[in-house]
Amino acid sequence: MAVLENVSRRAVLLGMGAGALVLSLGLPTAAQEEPLKFGADAMPHGWQDDPRIFVAIDPDGTVTVTVHRSEMGQGVRTSIAMAVADELEADWTRVRVAQAPGDEPTFGNQDTDGSRSLRHFFHPMRRAGAAARQMLRQAAAAEWGVPVDEVTAENHVLGHAASGRQADYGEMAARAAEREVPARESLTLKSPDQFRYIGRDDIGLIDNPAIVTGGTIYGIDAKADGMLFAVIARPPVYGGRVASHDATAALKVPGVERVVVIDPPPQPSEFQPLGGVAVIATNTWAAMRGREALVIEWEHGDHGAYDSEAFRGELEQSARSTDGAVVRNQGDALTALQQAPRRFEAEYYIPHLAQAPMEPPSALVMIRDGKCEVWACVQAPQVTRVRVAEKLGLDPRDVTVNVTLLGGGFGRKSKPDFVLEAAILSREMDGRPVKVTWTREDDLHHSFYHTVSVEHLQAGLDQDGRPVAWLHRTAAPTIGSIFAPDPMQKLPFELGMGLTNMPLDIPNVRAENPQAQAHTRIGWYRSVSNIPHAFAIQSFIAELAHEAGRDHRDYLLEVIGPARKINPVEQGDVWNYGEDPARYPIDTGRLRRVIETASEAAGWGKEMPARSGLGLAAHYSFVSYVAVAAEVEVAEDGNVRVPVVHIAIDCGPHVNPDRIRSQMEGAVIMGTGQALMSQITFAEGRAQQDNFDSYLVPRMDSAPREIHVHLVGGEDPDQPLGGVGEPGLPPVTPAIVNAIFAATGKRIRQLPVGAQLSS
Amino acid sequence: MDLTVNGQGRSFGGDPDMPLLWYLRDELGLTGTKFGCGAGYCGACVVHIDGVASFSCVTPMTVAEGAEVVTIEGLSPDASHPVQVAWRELNVAQCGYCQSGQMMQAAALLAETPDPTDEDIDGVMTQNICRCGTYPRIRAAIKRAAGQEAG
Repeated sequence: MAVLENVSRRAVLLGMGAGALVLSLGLPTAAQEEPLKFGADAMPHGWQDDPRIFVAIDPDGTVTVTVHRSEMGQGVRTSIAMAVADELEADWTRVRVAQAPGDEPTFGNQDTDGSRSLRHFFHPMRRAGAAARQMLRQAAAAEWGVPVDEVTAENHVLGHAASGRQADYGEMAARAAEREVPARESLTLKSPDQFRYIGRDDIGLIDNPAIVTGGTIYGIDAKADGMLFAVIARPPVYGGRVASHDATAALKVPGVERVVVIDPPPQPSEFQPLGGVAVIATNTWAAMRGREALVIEWEHGDHGAYDSEAFRGELEQSARSTDGAVVRNQGDALTALQQAPRRFEAEYYIPHLAQAPMEPPSALVMIRDGKCEVWACVQAPQVTRVRVAEKLGLDPRDVTVNVTLLGGGFGRKSKPDFVLEAAILSREMDGRPVKVTWTREDDLHHSFYHTVSVEHLQAGLDQDGRPVAWLHRTAAPTIGSIFAPDPMQKLPFELGMGLTNMPLDIPNVRAENPQAQAHTRIGWYRSVSNIPHAFAIQSFIAELAHEAGRDHRDYLLEVIGPARKINPVEQGDVWNYGEDPARYPIDTGRLRRVIETASEAAGWGKEMPARSGLGLAAHYSFVSYVAVAAEVEVAEDGNVRVPVVHIAIDCGPHVNPDRIRSQMEGAVIMGTGQALMSQITFAEGRAQQDNFDSYLVPRMDSAPREIHVHLVGGEDPDQPLGGVGEPGLPPVTPAIVNAIFAATGKRIRQLPVGAQLSS
Repeated sequence: MDLTVNGQGRSFGGDPDMPLLWYLRDELGLTGTKFGCGAGYCGACVVHIDGVASFSCVTPMTVAEGAEVVTIEGLSPDASHPVQVAWRELNVAQCGYCQSGQMMQAAALLAETPDPTDEDIDGVMTQNICRCGTYPRIRAAIKRAAGQEAG
């Protein structure tokens, strides 16, 4: 059987028997959902905070925190455990974590995307810890015959000062489990000065011991007795299908057991597998050799002519048309543009990208006695469960999705197409365990790609060079194209990523979204539409500053305007990252402060050597505020190095500062790749990049050597949390491109920089 | 064919072209060595073959024959290799997936070059990709493992 630990197999839940998890499906009062509206309330299956779901204490005192969000490098297993353990007053050395299976009715929402895990679950997890602590105190009070108020619970020890009695948490766990879960309103959460772990910088990663010994289990590492290994030849063009195939040679490869044709999905294909021909073998290598030996004729379908160069022309044409849907309109930008003494325009091109997590998509599925068991690296385990159940004709309750660690996700693994492939193949093999492994070529050829954009901006400047009119047209295929036939417009959530919520202090603003057709599978990629929007807007402001003969930082701060709170809904962004605009207004004071912090730390205005430059950009996304000041050196041959980057983030209170830093470091490096080298192009409908020789990403020698992370804000513990995983990324690329301009006078409007500086 | 993996004698009778990576992972169940590209571009699969950091994904079993192979599982008996210690202390990992290969590459670098410069680190570690972007911490951890003060 698979070797991963599955929470439903654990022996003890708060001292109760193994059936506790199942029993808790009949929800207790403390776990009921609030009226759905904003934040976690608005997510599928909302949130839970029942300690019996999330906290287990063994008789030996080991505390197990069940983490229901997927770990993909953001540190959520550590951070959630810190929140629970802190309120529980657990000894960190006796805390471990277990990963929850996909089961949102039990655990609340599990879609690990949108930079939401702590934003939505910090408080519920604290309450779970506090409630468990209270249950321990009540149990001790009853056992000792003393008032509960006199029982202390500190660092894993229950105590009663007057009688001198003490007990370890483990001793009282079984009795505590019999207590009623205290009413949510009765819980007193700690004040920040009482925090034992929250906000501390020196809590090591809870998975460190396994990581440094190779003991961690990712989807690709899952094992089961009698397991078979599969790789799949998929249609090279999105929407294509197998016309004919000959498996004779493949079946002769030693170790190959079966060749199975997978039907193509209906279009649009949502999260369904792309179809193709699967080779099932006794080891991965045999399956790969078998795949090489397949002879397949493909029908390419509707997108066989997709070509990035030609499509760029189409997008440009669309972005220059004047009949796009108006998605935001303040004042009268068109008239103001006509009347402005100076008018400036620029167009930016941002290519497709692939998430390319280091662990390619992989999943293990087995079916036995009408029940299906999945082991997979998924960001959306509940969606996976439901889609697998549909595929196999099972009740979702008969599908167990065990969530492994994810070797990177970046949005790719929120789509369970690869799990469905394994489910189809296991069914074909009468339920035997089948592990599907994607190769890197598969990953780059069949991603859910980041969209491709042309951003067209126009500004009218007054006598002082200040923008009085602003027109922004965005033309890009939408993620909606995988869900509905040919939607030609971006969805509100895509527009709300930096366009309809753009917080500049300009009286006349108009945003248009002209049409764009998708010709490949489009999907979420870390920070999503903020990438093109932030790149265009932050480049354009720097261009305007230059046009006006102004210092870029001063100009940027002036264009953002004075500190004020903006209701994004009033500007036309109805989404606001799913959050209540009253709790989460856009606070330009916070945006100003991160800009001031990053630029001052970088020594803004300092003398730079020849062919070196300092560039700046800032962006609000995922209800957090980030600014980046990047130094670049451009060699005579056009090669760009980014030796030093300062990044400042205000994401509200800091739960796990070390993981905020690591996310900012990672964002800086990913953003460096987007600026300098990364892109996916298409010709004849096929992605042209095969592996890391052609899909270029930063390496040790091309990544910034020094990254200084500045954590800003967080002083007010009552301020709602902002996101961390994604908001670092959008401002990195424009900051680097602005630095290149400072170094060379050459303005980059097409990503990546590539060879554009080589002359 | 015979070889040694983490000090243990092993025999293999399958496809001689099978890359060492898949032998380790699928046949021996040593999944600490990772698959990232299958072409020697990313370093997730780095192991030591007779002490030399090698891409196991492009090393056929015929080449590993008679060799002493060490994987992350065998780097030290108790996670005490200076690289493992430094990786833990500096919380280098994010998702952790590439870190087996990074640590094996770094351990070989330090065996060869006990006091590496930044250029030495660039020269060797550039063979290993991390999509999460842990390079600055990897650099710092190598310096710490080398006994240099981490920056």
